[in-house]
Amino acid sequence: MRVHRYLRGLLALATASVLAACGTSGPSASGTGDITVWAITGGYNAVFQNSLQAYDTKHGKHSQLQLFQSDTYKQKIQVTLGSGNPPDVFENWGGSGLSSLAQQNLVVDLSTTPGLKDRYLPSLLGSATFGGKLYGVPMNGISPGVIFYNKKIFAQNNLTPPKTFDDLLALVRTLKGKGVTPFALGGAQRWPQLMFEEYLIDRVGGDQVIDNILNRVPGAWSDPAVLRANQLITQLLGEGAFEDGFSSVSYDTGQSTALLYTGKAGMQLMGAWDYASIKKAAPDFVQNGDLGWFPFPTVAGGGGDPSNLEGNPANYYSVSAKSKSVPDALAFLQENVMTPTYINDMLSAGRTPPVPGIRDQLASRPDAPWNTFVYDLAQNAHHYALSWDQALPPGQADTMLTELSKLFLGQSTPQQFSAAMDKAAA
Amino acid sequence: MTLISRKAPSTVLLTPVLLLFGAFALLPMLGVVVLSFTKWDGLGSPVFAGLANWTRIGHDDLLLNAVLLSVLVMIGSWLFQTPVSLLLGVFVAGAQRYRSAMAATFFLPMLLSSVAISIMWRDMLDPNFGLFAGGGPLNQQWLGGQTLSLITVVFVLSWQYIPFHVLIYQAATRQIPKSMYESAVLDGAGRAKQFWHITLPQLRHTMVTSTTLILVGTLTSFDIVFVLTGGGPGTATRILPLHMYLTGFSQYDMGYASAIAVVLLVSGLVISTALVRFSGFGSMESTQEGVA
Repeated sequence: MRVHRYLRGLLALATASVLAACGTSGPSASGTGDITVWAITGGYNAVFQNSLQAYDTKHGKHSQLQLFQSDTYKQKIQVTLGSGNPPDVFENWGGSGLSSLAQQNLVVDLSTTPGLKDRYLPSLLGSATFGGKLYGVPMNGISPGVIFYNKKIFAQNNLTPPKTFDDLLALVRTLKGKGVTPFALGGAQRWPQLMFEEYLIDRVGGDQVIDNILNRVPGAWSDPAVLRANQLITQLLGEGAFEDGFSSVSYDTGQSTALLYTGKAGMQLMGAWDYASIKKAAPDFVQNGDLGWFPFPTVAGGGGDPSNLEGNPANYYSVSAKSKSVPDALAFLQENVMTPTYINDMLSAGRTPPVPGIRDQLASRPDAPWNTFVYDLAQNAHHYALSWDQALPPGQADTMLTELSKLFLGQSTPQQFSAAMDKAAA
Repeated sequence: MTLISRKAPSTVLLTPVLLLFGAFALLPMLGVVVLSFTKWDGLGSPVFAGLANWTRIGHDDLLLNAVLLSVLVMIGSWLFQTPVSLLLGVFVAGAQRYRSAMAATFFLPMLLSSVAISIMWRDMLDPNFGLFAGGGPLNQQWLGGQTLSLITVVFVLSWQYIPFHVLIYQAATRQIPKSMYESAVLDGAGRAKQFWHITLPQLRHTMVTSTTLILVGTLTSFDIVFVLTGGGPGTATRILPLHMYLTGFSQYDMGYASAIAVVLLVSGLVISTALVRFSGFGSMESTQEGVA
């Protein structure tokens, strides 16, 4: 009897511990040249399918494409690659996640694979390069953070895209005065808040400050630029720049973006991938030319290069070192990823391929204004930093997102934020 | 309860349960205890770390916050679920047909998956596109307020689990012999007095069972909070199991997460043992002594 009463609680614990103790079993590669590719489901599914189909047709194989939701995909990679029955090729975000896989020799060095490296814009390879070796190659579109805005709302209030932070503040006040939420913010996911932090620190302090943070230089978080940037954030909060209850508004389920295209909010700072999401959720909004965009404004007296970008350079394909079909996986990357066909498929899907010399192609396509805008941003960027939640080690990244939420909720001051982060980075 | 023989079941009958319990509960628990003395990010092999994870437990503000929140959620859930389940359970135990019909609808939430329930409530309470987004007194930061989000979590948890406890109370109420009420009526007791002097005392054992399930169940509940708030806003709903999960699967600090898991495990054991001890459940005699 007594045992039974414990069972329910214990079972829950046991489930959690089983999860911790063993991983899900991945697909098995038998060395036949049939490769298994893991990717995140979304607007690229057709591109992925076509590329793998082409590989199969050419080599007479039966490969497998497995698509996953992005939420838990990161955990899935970690668990599967750690437990030893991994996919041959898998999508990932580069940064610290890929770096720890590389440290454990779980991924293949791609720097010597012929014809692979030169295919890409050089500024995009940094987040997958560790110790001079390349462990991943871009497989989707360039996705820097930009500010999307509702052109109709701007026109109604005689507003133009701001060039400086002061312009932005004035704009926020005007919109607020008219009863429009200036910025939609998906605070439930925490990382949309990080985009403000990254851009403001960059604009105020420049890429040296960012490099210090990412390289975990002691005291990097107490840099005056970090304090100043966070004061600017509290200033935005003081002006009521974000919607009421932003901390419970979700980006992933589309609520924050909906605020933008339904006219409840004027702007949203978001990764370039949001263009496709908006186009899908509100095709008329894009078709009618109501969707506008501009790069993050400069800060007066700030030392950062205005061309600097924050966000996701791209996602990467890496090859598992435990794969039984490494040569085949490499052949797939060489022959079928970011090749002219692949690029063409991406352009048809309205994405911006991370390869040099395609501006003319972009300009002749639908979505040309958008795609050339993003392409130019990436090509001209002096510094393109990977999102810090991907670049920093997982423990520190999680602390950063938590501390940032506290700052946005007004539960901590810029000083407290810096102190907490320096402690976490130590 | 008195219907169940106090004699222990035979070892043969117990074997399959013991085997399953050993393989799927005890063994992983042992694994967690071992892991709590290591440093491991899920890749490679765990590295022995001595007491590092355990000394860290002493000065982790987030953990303290998580424990406090878990206690609040447990107390809140108990205070909300017990009276509601008890009253509903006694109500639907009645033989009237309309009560059975109502009971069937009351039990609906029990059939839904926790994730579906959480998504439903999250969307209904969305501050911009939810049910109350139009304005009015119900237009609150249900999931965005510091205290309100915790209250919402307690409410949604209770919404899911009350039906289960109603079922327990319904069954227990139906076990109470009719003769007791008949003699009470003869003695001139009204409905309130019958409830107070017969139904409630007769349900003593059931209340202990239900309370244990509520407390331990709430202590370990994870899915609803994970989907509903993800621990936010800030750390306002980052209860202990969620803190364990985020430490393990977001920070990839399996060693420390295991230490937290052990804390969770021990708390669960202590709470249920204490309840059994202090309620005198183990030494309770029949509640129907003297009933012919």
